Amino acid sequence: MAKSDLDDLYGKTVLEHCRSPRNHDRLVDADATAHTVNAFCGDESDVQISVDGGRVVGVGAQAAGCSVNLAATSMLAQAAEGVHLDDLSSLIDLFRRQMKGEALSEGDRSRLGDLATLTGVLNFPVRIKCTLLSVSALEEALATVDGS
Amino acid sequence: MTETTQQASLDVSKIRDDFPILSRKVYGKSLVYLDNAATSQKPRQVISALTEYYEGYNANVHRGVHALSMEATDRYEEAREKVARFIGARQSEEVIWTRNTTEAINLVTGSWARSNLQPGDEVVVTEMEHHSNMVPWQMVTQERGATLRYLRLGDDGKLDLDDIDTIINDRTKMVSIVHASNSLGTINPVKEITARARAVGAAVMIDGAQSVPHMSVDVQDLDCDFLAFSGHKMLGPTGIGVLYAKREVLETMEPFLTGGEMVLSVTLDGADWNDLPMRFEAGTPNIADAIALGAAVDYLDSTGMDNIRRHEVQLTGYALSRLREIEELVIFGAEAAEDRGGVVSFHTPDVHPHDLGTYLDQQGIAVRTGHHCTMPVMRKLGVPATTRASFYLYNTEEEVDQLVDSLKSALRYFGHG
Repeated sequence: MAKSDLDDLYGKTVLEHCRSPRNHDRLVDADATAHTVNAFCGDESDVQISVDGGRVVGVGAQAAGCSVNLAATSMLAQAAEGVHLDDLSSLIDLFRRQMKGEALSEGDRSRLGDLATLTGVLNFPVRIKCTLLSVSALEEALATVDGS
Repeated sequence: MTETTQQASLDVSKIRDDFPILSRKVYGKSLVYLDNAATSQKPRQVISALTEYYEGYNANVHRGVHALSMEATDRYEEAREKVARFIGARQSEEVIWTRNTTEAINLVTGSWARSNLQPGDEVVVTEMEHHSNMVPWQMVTQERGATLRYLRLGDDGKLDLDDIDTIINDRTKMVSIVHASNSLGTINPVKEITARARAVGAAVMIDGAQSVPHMSVDVQDLDCDFLAFSGHKMLGPTGIGVLYAKREVLETMEPFLTGGEMVLSVTLDGADWNDLPMRFEAGTPNIADAIALGAAVDYLDSTGMDNIRRHEVQLTGYALSRLREIEELVIFGAEAAEDRGGVVSFHTPDVHPHDLGTYLDQQGIAVRTGHHCTMPVMRKLGVPATTRASFYLYNTEEEVDQLVDSLKSALRYFGHG
């Protein structure tokens, strides 16, 4: 029982993102950047975005800390790239709902891409915030480009 | 250390029977509780003291003339006497109840420091302090125009005292140091540091949060003005802590919190302060938890602090030798178990402490992962966090073996994905 919970938490996709984080290079000349720290554990997430024509055309994301934060940051960067700003807000909303324990439709899950594999974290309430550190960073970055 | 190398004489299995929580299961596994530096478990005797108070003689203290109030007052003051004897205080009035170590330190920075620090004065702490003995001093030195200086943490996890004579100097008014580090385990040479502080006429406070529960601590021997510690780390309940202070120092101090209990008389124009120790204990105190801390002290006394220390040195030595089998581990702090409290902090470069902590938790093993409220220490070690196993009188070599076996399987688990 415990071992399978652990395997759900540290699924293949999660560990694979940890080993090979996507969009890991720092984006130079980004339109917006944000840095978030979890004061409780010291984990960090850095996000840079470039926006053109209302669409996210470039994402850089670097995380420091536990596997869940590393994987979530990488998955989020991957999911955000190329997405229209309006769609990105609803994507983030969808992800937050998933991490609150809401069961999503198959269509919504596929919109989330690899982020959908983070449901294993729900069995570890204390770790849920690890999935949201990069989300906060992305939202902070988006807030500075909104309306521009 | 003064301990001899005799075999540990604790009957650990009998001790374990006194701690109901140690027989519970976590995820179907026997609990292995190795987070004692965060808080200790409580023996039945302490839990009973709480229920006996609430069921038998719950009343406010120092107030009523009725039987319950007198009984509660007697037991409450008896607990103060037990604590005073336990740390070698000359009189029970030198024991001030607080919520915890943090509040005890804040009492000193909020009262003693405000009236004793002048612009240009210096206060000395160490780089290995818990935030609770660093942040209050940062605030009060800033407020008073004084300077906060640090005794350095060396690469070996011990204090570097080479420049102690420069750092503790004629401008130093207070030296406030941690006795045993909560994140590294290092036991500091507090007597040597106190002697230097005395030579320049500085006051001395010792943060005994990690030493008083685990070894014999005598305030006369340490020659400190203040000693701060928490009940919950020494088998007592949460919410009760202690500030020991020399009577002659306390008598010069202004109250920290004000209101009821701490006054002798009040008129519309002002108030006269009550006698010690009540002057520093405004409001209805934490009666039940103080009494239960008295029961914890009884338990520690009857077990023998030297026996507990010997047991922990032996167990820590065993843990160090077993953990050194794992090549991937970087173990922080002093090499020898004799130079440590029962704390072993380590880092696994390829597996983040929180991942490791979650894995161990699934095996029923409770360790602490994080910065342990010592962020400057983590910065010095160059790691964001460590995994810490900390022991107490009820821990066993078998539990250390379980920790080591689970660590090995965790490293395999994350290594192979």
